[in-house]
Amino acid sequence: MADPVSSRDPLDTEIVRKDFPLLTRTVHGHPIVYLDSASSSLQPRAVLAAIEQYYETTHANVHRGVYATAEGATALYEGARRTVGRFIGAPDPKREIVFTKNATEALNLVAHSWGRTNLGPKDVVVLTEMEHHSNLVPWLMLAESVGLELRYLPVDGQGRLDLADLERTLAGAKVLAVSAMSNVLGTINPVPALAEAAHRQGAIVVVDGAQSVPHQVTDVKTLGADFLAFSGHKMQGPTGIGVLWGRRELMEAMPPFLGGGGMILDVALDHFTPAEPPWRFEAGTPPIAQAVGLAAAVEYLTAIGMEQIVTHERLLTAYAMDALHDRLGDDLRIYGPPAGGDRGGVLSLAYRDVHPHDLAQVLDQFGVCVRPGHHCAKPLMRRLGVNATARASIALYNDESDIDTLIEGLGHVGTVFG
Amino acid sequence: MPDLEELYREIILDHYRSPRNRGELPVPPAHRVEGFNPLCGDEVVLSLEVADGQLRDIKVAGSGCSISQSSGSLMSAAVKGQPIEEVRKLIRTFKTMMTVHEATLADDDRTTGTEDAPAEPEPVDLSSMGELAALQGVVKFPVRIKCATLSWNALTQGLDEVAAEAS
Repeated sequence: MADPVSSRDPLDTEIVRKDFPLLTRTVHGHPIVYLDSASSSLQPRAVLAAIEQYYETTHANVHRGVYATAEGATALYEGARRTVGRFIGAPDPKREIVFTKNATEALNLVAHSWGRTNLGPKDVVVLTEMEHHSNLVPWLMLAESVGLELRYLPVDGQGRLDLADLERTLAGAKVLAVSAMSNVLGTINPVPALAEAAHRQGAIVVVDGAQSVPHQVTDVKTLGADFLAFSGHKMQGPTGIGVLWGRRELMEAMPPFLGGGGMILDVALDHFTPAEPPWRFEAGTPPIAQAVGLAAAVEYLTAIGMEQIVTHERLLTAYAMDALHDRLGDDLRIYGPPAGGDRGGVLSLAYRDVHPHDLAQVLDQFGVCVRPGHHCAKPLMRRLGVNATARASIALYNDESDIDTLIEGLGHVGTVFG
Repeated sequence: MPDLEELYREIILDHYRSPRNRGELPVPPAHRVEGFNPLCGDEVVLSLEVADGQLRDIKVAGSGCSISQSSGSLMSAAVKGQPIEEVRKLIRTFKTMMTVHEATLADDDRTTGTEDAPAEPEPVDLSSMGELAALQGVVKFPVRIKCATLSWNALTQGLDEVAAEAS
């Protein structure tokens, strides 16, 4: 039997849910059951209020004006950098946090700026079979133009990285680029150990934290990362902002990514001098309101407590996996590792042989939001032998009743396609 | 509020469970054409045998959701053995039935290269559509229109390619 979560849950989900206005709406006559936070999470009122207040009282372009609101906007924007940096344990939050438009752009920045400067023909970049396209395509693009050798850590039958050949795969590598948590399987990868092995080979370690930062306690020093990319909207912040953290000495040796205003010290007709990091990598007007919103999201998560969130999500994931199995038995398959310490709240589901698109369509009638598709991880889909899965993903505002409605909906899928 | 029953009608589920004209034909003489939906990974593979202005035979292969696969099956049953002109007419009628909401889909141009949706869809006489009329419920689920039109777009492309080879 699935263990009830409530008695051991450090979060009072009933109270948490009141912070999220979107959870009050109904879908097809049912209260919404939002199980797509791995794709994009919901925003608490505190984030929406921070953005509104910023636009109503302080909006101006940053780093330019000398008037009061411009200075206020700059202070908020640079303050957001420090708030976000502290949240991930950045040694120098003021200088190591770059705001991008999303995690994808952050990873492209590394591949383009660090990659083109430091990598050449036959240089080895090690990736994994479970990477999201955002930590795969930028390296494929770089490989096409400079002639890299790409190697992959395989995924085993349980959805974990197969590390039997780790040392050989990493031999001579210049880069290890790895997701800290799979957006399809929920697997939490052993990044600290991987980073240690990569560093022994002299490789730098690029971590895709898009799924892990919203759902784990993150410290870049413990991770052993040299770069960490993540996105705002998956961690209760607004869309339109991503984050790249990079070790300061690496970023100082990197050329700019995009060119334009804001990223220069001086420009003449025949040359330019770039600004110091992080501003070197922020061409044009940055996502100011989004940074304000993201800082509010970080403050919200910190006030609740990331450790509490981790425990809540781990309990609910275990409940979901047990309850799905209890109620649906062999009709349901969940990809990825069993519940436990290396298993995040991302559940890729297959129900009998019903196509994920049909499954998600029926669930929508119950107000249940899950995501069907390849989840931007086509190589992993091929490895799993499927075109697509239906993915339900858990966040701090989900509770047992969400899982129960999911199961009720899946039962109805059986009725329609029985 | 659109009902699930409008989408998953019995005829559709029947064609999904027992697809007609399933398989592939040897190439040549048949012509092979693929349709692909990059959003959901659904694919359809059509084998077309065209001779004397007729679609002599058609086979449908591929994999995907109930709507994409049943639409391919329903299509194959409707067009097999028909004169090419009639087939093209039916494609236009079907696309019109499916275009009611298609123009409102923001990703329209990005996801399909072979779309030639009329700006002002004319009303479709559903009584002339036979079993195909069962698919009209799909228009109430705009995201699924791509699933329903996948094999029809592939058929248009295949007929165009056959015509180009012949000329």
